[in-house]
Amino acid sequence: MHATISSTTDAAARRTPDPRWRPVDIIVAAVLAVAAGVVFWVWDLVSNPVGAPIEAALPGLQGIINGPWLFAGVLVGLVVRKPGAALFGELVAASVSALLGTVWGPLTLVSGLVQGAGAEALFALLLYRRWGLGAALLGGLGAGIGESILDLTVWYPGAKPLFDVLYAATTMLSGTVIAGLGSWLLVRALARTGALSRFASGREARARA
Amino acid sequence: MTAARAAGVRAAGWGWRHAGRRAWAVRELDLDIAPGERVLLLGASGSGKSTLLAALAGVLGGADEGEERGALLVDGRRPEEQRGRIGLVLQDPDAQQVLARVGDDVAFGLENLGVPRDELWRRVQDALDAVGLAVPLRRSSAELSGGQKQRLALAGVIAMRPGLLLLDEPTANLDPHGVAEVREAVERVADDTGATVLVVEHRVEVWQDFATRVIVLGGDGELQADGDPARVLVERADELAAAGVWLPGRRVLDEPSQRPVGAPLLTAHALAVGHGRTPVASGLSLTLGAGEAVVVTGPNGSGKSTTALTLGGLLRPLGGEVAAAPALAGDAGPAPIAWSSRQLLTRIGSVFQNPEHQLLAASVRGELAVGPRALGLPDAEVASRVEELLARLRLDPLADANPYTLSGGQKRRLTVGTALATRPQLLLLDEPTFGQDAVTWAELVLLLRELADAGDAILAVSHDPELARALGAREWPLAAREAAAR
Amino acid sequence: MSLLPALRTGALARVNPVTKLGCALLVAFTLLATVDWVSAAVAAVLETAVLAATRLPWRTVLPRLAPLGVAALLAGITTTLYGVPAGRVWWHWGVVEITDGSIAFAVATALRIAAIGVPSVVLFLTIDPTELADGLAQLVRLPARFVIGALAALRLVGLFFDDWRALELARRARGVADRGRVRRWAGLVFALLVLAIRRGSKLATAMEARGFGAPGPRSWARPSTLGRPDAAAAAIGIAIAALAVIVSVATGSWHWVVS
Repeated sequence: MHATISSTTDAAARRTPDPRWRPVDIIVAAVLAVAAGVVFWVWDLVSNPVGAPIEAALPGLQGIINGPWLFAGVLVGLVVRKPGAALFGELVAASVSALLGTVWGPLTLVSGLVQGAGAEALFALLLYRRWGLGAALLGGLGAGIGESILDLTVWYPGAKPLFDVLYAATTMLSGTVIAGLGSWLLVRALARTGALSRFASGREARARA
Repeated sequence: MTAARAAGVRAAGWGWRHAGRRAWAVRELDLDIAPGERVLLLGASGSGKSTLLAALAGVLGGADEGEERGALLVDGRRPEEQRGRIGLVLQDPDAQQVLARVGDDVAFGLENLGVPRDELWRRVQDALDAVGLAVPLRRSSAELSGGQKQRLALAGVIAMRPGLLLLDEPTANLDPHGVAEVREAVERVADDTGATVLVVEHRVEVWQDFATRVIVLGGDGELQADGDPARVLVERADELAAAGVWLPGRRVLDEPSQRPVGAPLLTAHALAVGHGRTPVASGLSLTLGAGEAVVVTGPNGSGKSTTALTLGGLLRPLGGEVAAAPALAGDAGPAPIAWSSRQLLTRIGSVFQNPEHQLLAASVRGELAVGPRALGLPDAEVASRVEELLARLRLDPLADANPYTLSGGQKRRLTVGTALATRPQLLLLDEPTFGQDAVTWAELVLLLRELADAGDAILAVSHDPELARALGAREWPLAAREAAAR
Repeated sequence: MSLLPALRTGALARVNPVTKLGCALLVAFTLLATVDWVSAAVAAVLETAVLAATRLPWRTVLPRLAPLGVAALLAGITTTLYGVPAGRVWWHWGVVEITDGSIAFAVATALRIAAIGVPSVVLFLTIDPTELADGLAQLVRLPARFVIGALAALRLVGLFFDDWRALELARRARGVADRGRVRRWAGLVFALLVLAIRRGSKLATAMEARGFGAPGPRSWARPSTLGRPDAAAAAIGIAIAALAVIVSVATGSWHWVVS
């Protein structure tokens, strides 16, 4: 089947993107987000008992582990390429981990909202037309900015400015690298499996390969 | 069940090419199906049957997902403009329930169509009655058996009162009991509503009495044969068999010659198996000798898959024991569950029901190399084993392809190949023939026969009565359990 | 395995999920406006009293609450070490500075996290996803297609857990389970996502064929309504938030988070 990929770039990929969501966009976005929510939840279980006591003693550098919680929005945005995808993805992922049970309670939803909005804002700045590595990194950065603001007001409201700066910087770095670069690599690998053949993101990557 | 007006289908020079592909999935199709006809649609894998069904259901996607030619009309109108008039049931029982509870799930389509609440719940109950699914509306759909899930999907479709019913291999993943349930439900629904039915299936036997017409698509997506079932199935028997269609009364493979059974490799004694703490099967005893083939049979929920996983050293026995004879265990202990992952490789190979659960690498070649590399074999040896298997499994043209992009039959051969790459003496397979057409089926069976002839032991979990016969295998029936909701 | 079934016992079962969510968010945002131990302690005490009155099975609730306690404690430790210094200095070593001020902030932070977390853990425990989706679409008027899409995807969680288990066993069968935990974990996540997308695409096809996304008005099989239990729950939620504010302001403890 891969032998039948046409060598010319897909005409559809060059057209102005259609902002309307197809049913398959909604469902695959939701399913990816749900899977991400399960990953969040498992990541909580695995990472908390080991890392948490150490993290608690760090002067703000614990932001570096925030990246994994930021990837859902960027990933869903990169896959379906629709306005609102990053917000929807991160919000659904957060809701699922909340339903499965997290320590953050309704704040998980607020986190999802803020992280998703951060990534969404930067995708919107690019007018939903660019979905390459640069866009992915920016999306991750945006999610990191949102997360930093929220965490510093909710979790560490009484911290010193130095802590605030370190926490925000490491969170943004982690968001850019893990959520941004990570999601970009993930989408590329997913596209190679043929699973994204109903999406422009999948067809472009396969046409290049 | 109130009857809906049956729909007619008309294709005029119709074709479809998926975005990014060079070949047309279906092309130049001319077809007329009168209201009320019951059509069995046959053809080789890749002949565009599923594409045609998806197009008739109006779910192929818009212009950015492919290129369309000619016209394909249901009642003279485009399918995507008439939701509810056309119903579609797919192969995978797990991928079709939308909502968690049975009643809600049937109601889903009606909600989308804007059916008022009072009428909606009446139609839900009617639809469940029509498919013979007598479970409470609040029952969780996850607790249903495969056959029940497919009947639930059918109920969700017929509640919308479609004039055209499209069934894409609705029984391919079911056990014989489930096949009969679904077959019977479809016939009853068709009789009650008079709807036009179009069914795709490899196993002709199931549907030949039901169908009033057979249509065969050729390998290049063109119409190959069309007409009365009795005539087409006889006249075109050879072509159909070559295309992987199972024809009634036609044996795909002859029985193998008798093999001597060698020394015992693995024994199970008073074994109890289960995923959690509660056993799903217990009191199991078995001796498996070199060169022996065993097929584990039994109804859904009798613990066949769990038994295979336990025998394969992947799950801990909940009671009794699994013991490997020294001939199999070598320098490792007698209990496979205590072996390391690496020690398992050269002793017991396990092939899962869903090949995608076992894929690890980004290419077919890399996939075959995973096991030999884990054994720490020298590069030259790894390469030679991989090349040998690529040729033997006829996967060499696909060596650099991503394993996920292979067809179902190819994926199955690949996962069998990954197990063979480390040369285990015992091979366990879970439903290796599910959803396969007759051609890929025969390839797989011949491969397994070769292994048994060479002195390996084979244990396969399967509902497929033909498999045991063609392998010359002994049957090991597991008793039904009154499995309450899983 | 499927999503944990919602607890359907006790008074909370009759409250619309939207009301529960609203109450949890109201308390959360109120407490977020301030960092002081008084408001958090008032809320926590009242919540415990309400929780006791709902008669939920403790055996189910307590294990869910335990991680919350740990998280609150850890955030407290961080703030103790790195909080804004004020008053007496107890210990000073590099960037670590434990002072009266940082300890006070730490206590407030930990209590606040607990007070925000308790109601939500309990409320989420009793929320049925289908009812929540009905409420969000019909009462909150979130876009129906997206709410239903998320709900349909949620049903796949049970299958994901089955997949996860099979994927783990398969790795043992393939000889790669002896070491390399991190890499194996990454591989499992990737395989899970591929399976998820495949299932999602099939599900989307089935849903579209059943009219999902079709133009025209939609009807609702299950009406989502608000009634007396919702009024009572809302009153309790508002009372908790209001009392926390009143007591805090009256005692002069209120401390705006952004000041």
